[in-house]
Amino acid sequence: MMRRRTLADREEVLGGAMLAPALAYVILLVGVPFVLAIVLSFSNATAGSLRFGWAGLRNYAAILADPIFLRALRNSAVVTVGSQVLVVILATAAAQVFRATFRGKRLARFVLLLPWAVPVSLAAIAWTWIFDSTFSVINWTLKAAGLLHGWLYWLGEPALALVAIIIVQAWRILPFATVIVLAGLSSIPQEIVEAAIVDGAGFWRRLFQVELPLLLPVVTVAVLFGVVYTATDLGVVYILTGGGPANTTHVLPTLAFQRGILGADLGQGAAIAVFLLPFLIVVAVAMLRLARRAEVGAR
Amino acid sequence: MIRRDVRRALKRTGLYAAAFGFMLFAGFPFYWMLITAFKQNRDLYVGASDLSHVPWIFNDPPTLEHVRLLFGQTDFPRWVLNTLVVVVAVVAITVAVAVPAGYSLARLAGRWGERMGMGIFFTYLIPPTLLFVPFSRLISLLGLQNSLGSLILIYPTMTIPFCTWLVMGFLRSVPWEIEEQAMIDGYSRLAVILKVAPRLIVPGILTVVVFTFTLVMQEFVYALTFISSVERMTVSLGVPIALVRGDVYHWGALMAAALFTSIPLAIVYNLFIDRFIQGFTVGAVKG
Repeated sequence: MMRRRTLADREEVLGGAMLAPALAYVILLVGVPFVLAIVLSFSNATAGSLRFGWAGLRNYAAILADPIFLRALRNSAVVTVGSQVLVVILATAAAQVFRATFRGKRLARFVLLLPWAVPVSLAAIAWTWIFDSTFSVINWTLKAAGLLHGWLYWLGEPALALVAIIIVQAWRILPFATVIVLAGLSSIPQEIVEAAIVDGAGFWRRLFQVELPLLLPVVTVAVLFGVVYTATDLGVVYILTGGGPANTTHVLPTLAFQRGILGADLGQGAAIAVFLLPFLIVVAVAMLRLARRAEVGAR
Repeated sequence: MIRRDVRRALKRTGLYAAAFGFMLFAGFPFYWMLITAFKQNRDLYVGASDLSHVPWIFNDPPTLEHVRLLFGQTDFPRWVLNTLVVVVAVVAITVAVAVPAGYSLARLAGRWGERMGMGIFFTYLIPPTLLFVPFSRLISLLGLQNSLGSLILIYPTMTIPFCTWLVMGFLRSVPWEIEEQAMIDGYSRLAVILKVAPRLIVPGILTVVVFTFTLVMQEFVYALTFISSVERMTVSLGVPIALVRGDVYHWGALMAAALFTSIPLAIVYNLFIDRFIQGFTVGAVKG
């Protein structure tokens, strides 16, 4: 015999009460600031005073006419695409290596995961030291190997600094992407791979015609998170170059910080940050489509 | 058959070489932290154009000088303490808010639970760099600027969405029968939640705690935006920003700080990596 149902048995009441604090937090402290970020971009708000008025499209007009902004926008795209291309190639290769069994694999895996664990600001300061203009160990090694005759001012030349930023971003995302691709590899049904072997497919054929197509959804997830982490990251560029030399290596987040927080022009800072939205919308839509496909596939 | 053996040996060598290459790429900055943190200054500051001085090894005996500087003459211990305060507070808030929410979505919400969970998870994708401008205003309106309170209030906006999702996913893998049996035995739904569910959910809570800990240790953007005085900084902010005195970089102490902060995080990550991954792959991988 079941007990009589009371208030303590009403699932919708309990469910609502348990969900309410999380919803409140997300709505008040993510939803509202998100809307505020967009509203601020149309205002002339400054950090000094609490009042702000409507500025229409003036902030957008100002930044679109600003070569530093256009450069930052381009840098954001270059860094994001460059690092993700590098990550996809390296992660697919690394996953093939780490799928095999070999001696010392646990240690190798531990080391491979290190970049993901370290705080991004501390990793960036370590790389700043590695790329130092006088003491760079990279330059020493290249010179000692006879590969470098001049000198590389890693963080002192715009193009080279962007390369350095791409390297650091790829380094930071690689462990995450590798682990995700590995998870995807292990979920490929063994029969499919065996069937390919029986049919006489070699390693490369198997890789490109059997495994990679099956891995596509997983690689997509890795890339999507990679795009979010790279495009919206402030720490690496802020610490590595500070946007310099001469504002040539800014990305959207560092420029938004410089204008909005250091320069106290909240309106313009918000307008610059809003240009991150296209990156995020593409990612969100792609993830929703993937999730739907997974849902359909599960039925 | 010999040719086959040779091919096998070549393949093994290639495998080890590739594994070593990836280890080198991933681990090199950490080796560099280690060697820099314990090198004497005269061994450290030799220009890279001097090819006779090999920077990869200790040319002079190692020293604890930088470590002593870091712990004795900088604010590093203070930053560690600040970070721990924020970690404890944010963990408490996150567990109190996200665990019930995850349970609700997994067990009580029925069909719309999945959609709702997805919606909450998506807010995790909204980055700090989009929100720091409005937050800087909000924080000054609340009078929290330059205080640890600002971080304690704002960090849960990043941990709650992901942890709600983690707990929901975790509960999906816990069989419903135990709770069902308790209800048949005469427990009310509420009593099941209060008395039976907590025991089932412990590993999930542990993951939430670890995720929150690592996220708070790593966060940089909000700390940079809200905190201006050196004695209120967290480790991830203070080390790169305030350990640089004027134009003088104390590279030894800097790398020692980076190293000591990375070690506990690396160990924790290694233990919990698989649980995090389950959270991230969002159904794209079917295990």
